[in-house]
Amino acid sequence: MAGGSIPVPGGLGGAAEVTRPEAFEGTWLEKLHSWVVTVDHKKLGVMYVLFALLFLLVGGIEAMIIRIQLLFPDNHFVSAETFNRLFTMHGTTMIFFVAMPLVFGFGNYLMPLMLGVRDMAFPRLNAFSFWMSAFGALLLYYSFIGGVGLQGAGNAPDVGWWAYSPLTARAFSRGHSTDYWALALIVSGFGSIGTAINFIATAFCMRCKGMTLFRMPLLVWLYIVTAGLVILAVSPLTAAQVMLTIDRYLGGHFFDTQAGGSALVWAHFFWIFGHPEVYVLVLPAFAIMNEVIPVFSRKAIFGYPAMVAASVGIGFVSLGVWAHHMFTIGMTSIGNAFFVLSTMLVGIPTGIKIFNWIATMWGGKIRYRTPMLFAVGFLVQFLIAGLTGIILSVAPFNWQLHNSYFVIAHFHYVIVGGILFAIFSGIYYWFPKVTGRMLDERLGKWHFWLFLIGFHVCFDVMHIPGILGMPRSIYTYEADRGWTTLNQIVSVGAFIQAIAIAIFVYSLVHSALKGRVAGPDPWDAWTLEWATASPPPPYNFATEPVVASRRPLWDLKHPNDPDEPLEEG
Amino acid sequence: MLSAAVVLAAACTQYAFAQNTNTSIFSPASTPSHSIFSLSMFVLAITGGIFVVVGGLIFYAAVRFRQRPDDDGSEPPQIFGSNQIELSWTIIPVLIVVVLFLATARMIFAIQDAPQPAAALEVTAIGHQFWWEFRYPALHITTANELHIPVSSVDAPRPTFLKLTSADVIHSFWVPRLAGKVDLLPNRINELWMDPQTAGLYEGQCAQFCGVEHAKMLLRVYADTPDQFAAWVKREQQQGMQDPAVAAGRHEFESQACMNCHAVAGTSAHGQFGPDLTHLASRKTIASGAAENTTENLERWIADPDLIKEGSLMPSMHLTPEKVREITAYLNTLQ
Repeated sequence: MAGGSIPVPGGLGGAAEVTRPEAFEGTWLEKLHSWVVTVDHKKLGVMYVLFALLFLLVGGIEAMIIRIQLLFPDNHFVSAETFNRLFTMHGTTMIFFVAMPLVFGFGNYLMPLMLGVRDMAFPRLNAFSFWMSAFGALLLYYSFIGGVGLQGAGNAPDVGWWAYSPLTARAFSRGHSTDYWALALIVSGFGSIGTAINFIATAFCMRCKGMTLFRMPLLVWLYIVTAGLVILAVSPLTAAQVMLTIDRYLGGHFFDTQAGGSALVWAHFFWIFGHPEVYVLVLPAFAIMNEVIPVFSRKAIFGYPAMVAASVGIGFVSLGVWAHHMFTIGMTSIGNAFFVLSTMLVGIPTGIKIFNWIATMWGGKIRYRTPMLFAVGFLVQFLIAGLTGIILSVAPFNWQLHNSYFVIAHFHYVIVGGILFAIFSGIYYWFPKVTGRMLDERLGKWHFWLFLIGFHVCFDVMHIPGILGMPRSIYTYEADRGWTTLNQIVSVGAFIQAIAIAIFVYSLVHSALKGRVAGPDPWDAWTLEWATASPPPPYNFATEPVVASRRPLWDLKHPNDPDEPLEEG
Repeated sequence: MLSAAVVLAAACTQYAFAQNTNTSIFSPASTPSHSIFSLSMFVLAITGGIFVVVGGLIFYAAVRFRQRPDDDGSEPPQIFGSNQIELSWTIIPVLIVVVLFLATARMIFAIQDAPQPAAALEVTAIGHQFWWEFRYPALHITTANELHIPVSSVDAPRPTFLKLTSADVIHSFWVPRLAGKVDLLPNRINELWMDPQTAGLYEGQCAQFCGVEHAKMLLRVYADTPDQFAAWVKREQQQGMQDPAVAAGRHEFESQACMNCHAVAGTSAHGQFGPDLTHLASRKTIASGAAENTTENLERWIADPDLIKEGSLMPSMHLTPEKVREITAYLNTLQ
């Protein structure tokens, strides 16, 4: 552990030169076959992200229909039933088949590269997990087919993405729509758990020479916590889906209130999954910020040990806050007070993270390329999302705001303003590594500014109808409630975001084919993924890297000013 | 950008206040909603303050430390952290959390554990897909969708204590100006109280997704002056009106499936599945607030409920227009 005394190895310096970019020759059929049968973590990572982007478009279209429907009171653009199916599918899709695969895709692609190793610990499990997730999504969307077509919306689930019992009991949910939902989440849940096991095993067992735990890039630390949360949170969800299916087909009575089951138990199971899930998604967003902000500020991350501690702390506390989704369900006053306190406590490590990012930028020379623009957007929006989170944790205030559009605005602030901005930042940052070509800067700025404006027009304004008493999940609203203008502004914001996404998709395709060639290290960055060719070949490194600090490429570029010696050295 | 955000936030808050809608949580009209309102102003002030300070720091750092055009390309000094600084920005949030938690806990106990005074009116509210049933056990009244309660005053406090439960799936009782929402769960009784000080109509709606017509499960609470309330109670306690002029409609009502689901006190109709219709004509709305209670709407509703509320559990009985008119005429007499 004598960190500082290990000399910067010569092997790393040559890695980029001796490692050739991947060049696959073959017919398109052979190429396709190589993707289907692959166990390579990079190909699987890319497939995760492409799969997620595809479903981002699908979920986005669902959101647009929702926003058109809410443009006017008593609108009949779609029927009540279709609307209910759409918001159920929008929520389920965006959480399970957009956000989760994006998170797993980044982890898959980056962890072995950042740790300087050839692949994940269990490459076959990795492929299995991806295909489970993918088939889960296909199973869910298969529900649209058949029945009465799209405007009757087939048999797509219509019980909300939280699927509160007993609305899911056979008495209230006839047909198979709820079964598609439950089975899709069981299938993709196994995929998620497999991936989480893989992440943990990789980080703990597969690091290159010199890569101690406290020299790992922060991204890897965050993914360890994320993976732990996935195992602890997705398992109860999967168990609950199995129980639900037993209720529906084998005469179980876990949640069947008409036979003495408990609606409350489902709510507990769901949110024991549902709240840690938020951190499953947001910790990887933090992870991306931990890589992007230092590189574009040209400074080492401020307070690495505090960042690790805060991440682990958030992970632990997040397991004890779930019932803040249930303040109105009739818990005792003591129970409510407990969950108020535990929820507010999350604000402390989260605050530490925000302060550390500011301190990282402080005194730097910030380069405003597209990844950094999205990163600053993330910081501001995540701050606001955190503060509305504190507002919602105040149980009496929550009794008013719960299930209102204020909550919808809050969690879209977290997921879009926070997580999606971070993901975009990450895509602009690592796209050159993945494809060997730069994403277009001009289109990137258009994407950023349009998306930023659309986001704020949409989700800032969305808080107000909640304060004015508009509940969520309603397919239409009364004309005399004063919600009409606000909903129209929100919809306009949503349409602007859709335009920005269209620019982004165009830019992805355009740049992947014709973008400027990137070279191995276009951002002058410091972690190991930039020490190999772009795109990296199978098995990543022609020579095994040896590292002496948290920023091996910094050491290489500044032999006279090496990265900080480890404190425990 | 930050100042723009502050202005925007102020404008939004201003807008929320200025909107004189009957469902704004910022125009409280009852003790619990007032208490929540004061607490929420305190919380908004604290979170607003945090936003200005931290947002200001982000903004300052983002602008002040941008790379300048005349930059020489050298790397800035590398600073790796400071335990003192970490400690200080840990302690301040801890203090804020302590303050917020104590203020919140106090309010939770004050509202949730408030003792029920002897003068309180007790009402049982039962959620149904997609309407509300209200029972007044001490007064032997059953009604639907429009809850009548007495106003309460400081001199003669007469709060209303609701016991909430559900006949089918989870619903949520939310009248923003009167109290925070509480869910209605099957096999479980939750509680909620309110004490409006001003007579009038307070609106709200179901706040937990409960199926196809969740959006039209509207809720109306009438706070009556003591005289109005006494008169209302007296009328509600009477049996259904018997007007021979509408005997044909009554016969039709009782020979169709109507009476399987609906009750009219004093007749052979004892159905429990749908709203009690004994005093339907005295209600302002039908279909749980989805339409005004006019003859025309009632006829449309009886002919085909989907025209007013698609997915309503009341079926269309495929009656001839003649029979629809007769039944409507009968229902219109049920004052």
